[in-house]
Amino acid sequence: MRHDHLITSKQLSRADIETVLDRAAEIDADPSAVADRHANTLLGLLFFEPSTRTKMSFETAMKRLGGDVVDMGSVESSSVKKGETLADTVRVIEGYTDALVLRHPKQGAATMASEFVDVPLLNAGDGAGHHPTQTMLDLYTIRENAGLDDLTIGIMGDLKYGRTVHSLAHALTNFETQQHFISPESLQLPREVVYDLHQQQGGAGIKEHESLEAVLPSLDVLYVTRIQRERFPDENEYQKVAGEYQIDAETLEAASDDLTVMHPLPRVDEIAPEIDDTDYAAYFEQAHNGVPVRMALLDLLLSDDRGIRGETDE
Amino acid sequence: MSSDHDHHDGDDDHELRVSKIRDGTVIDHVRGGQALNVLAILGIDGTDGEEVSVGMNVPSNRFARKDIVKVEGRELSQDEVDVLSLIAPDATINIVRDYDVVEKHRVERPDVVEGVLSCPNAGCITTGDEPVTSRFTVLEDGVRCSYCERIVREEIASLIDT
Repeated sequence: MRHDHLITSKQLSRADIETVLDRAAEIDADPSAVADRHANTLLGLLFFEPSTRTKMSFETAMKRLGGDVVDMGSVESSSVKKGETLADTVRVIEGYTDALVLRHPKQGAATMASEFVDVPLLNAGDGAGHHPTQTMLDLYTIRENAGLDDLTIGIMGDLKYGRTVHSLAHALTNFETQQHFISPESLQLPREVVYDLHQQQGGAGIKEHESLEAVLPSLDVLYVTRIQRERFPDENEYQKVAGEYQIDAETLEAASDDLTVMHPLPRVDEIAPEIDDTDYAAYFEQAHNGVPVRMALLDLLLSDDRGIRGETDE
Repeated sequence: MSSDHDHHDGDDDHELRVSKIRDGTVIDHVRGGQALNVLAILGIDGTDGEEVSVGMNVPSNRFARKDIVKVEGRELSQDEVDVLSLIAPDATINIVRDYDVVEKHRVERPDVVEGVLSCPNAGCITTGDEPVTSRFTVLEDGVRCSYCERIVREEIASLIDT
């Protein structure tokens, strides 16, 4: 199996994931060893939506590999404002660069864009769809803190629109994990995602809940996402559920001492600041892991034997 | 070869409610109430003067009720039959020439349909101005957009890109 684009975590096997995470660990241990590995390589950053961590970590990753980036800039200052299609934009920037990173508000944007380019294209988020590079740093963080097999993970918050959740859930089906999805009914996982999880895992390791209380004591990892107030048509409906999906010290009294709390950030009030300095908190470590993981991904996709290669690739 | 109405599971009396055709296609065993969607798939709205006979909700041996569509002067292409299968999976296609049925076959569901359905997801990249042809994989009980991955199980006919 070989991939020249990274569009969705569904395309990755366990071997693919382990290849990336192992490479990330090597780079994390000795970043200087790869400092010039991709000198003269240029990465194109096409962010049609705002981003802080993802964009800056890609930029940092490319520069730490000896390369550089060109940035489309804001949509307002680009030809997109003149009505240029995404298909044209990626075909133009492909001519300038060795690889592309795309974030776009439309689902399926990365899939479509990848059909128009030959250079590697990495999906950095397509609407409510997928965010596979976030998933790789999530998996790296989970492996460092709790391991990836015999894992019980709770994923809580906006599961409907949360692309990080969709990608993570798919990727975890490669491992021996029990996944508990906790959300208000209105923000449950899309049926498409549930369909895929059942296809991939036979549904054995997947359960949906509206309350964290019952499952919290059994969790090794609690992955929290922001409940997006703007998604609720009625503020009262938001207020009814918002408080139930916030984590503070009192909440975690029922948790295992070994619980790892994660969040893709940005957070608003889902995790109380009092958690930040406890052993539970892994969300800043998670964000920091974005650089070595994206360095590993870029290295694997830009090397002479281009592609993320799994053990079946012979 | 015998005339087209001899081939329809003993529903002959009901077949006669709509006129026989000389050359063209008889689409039989369409689920009751789907005939107008069949016409939509075929792009037939009457404005081009097509000669079409439709029987709706006629009694059937195979189903309690079925629809029949007879299109004069037109033999369906495989692409059209493929798409037809999405809303009329049990349909029988009869090609008629000079009042005789010269071909008769069941529809088969394709693996993929391209350029035929529009994705209902307003957040899908295919709903904008991109130069992309819609593509849906055909599931056992619906269709799935190959781009945004939305699954549609009901009202597939409403997605037909006419």
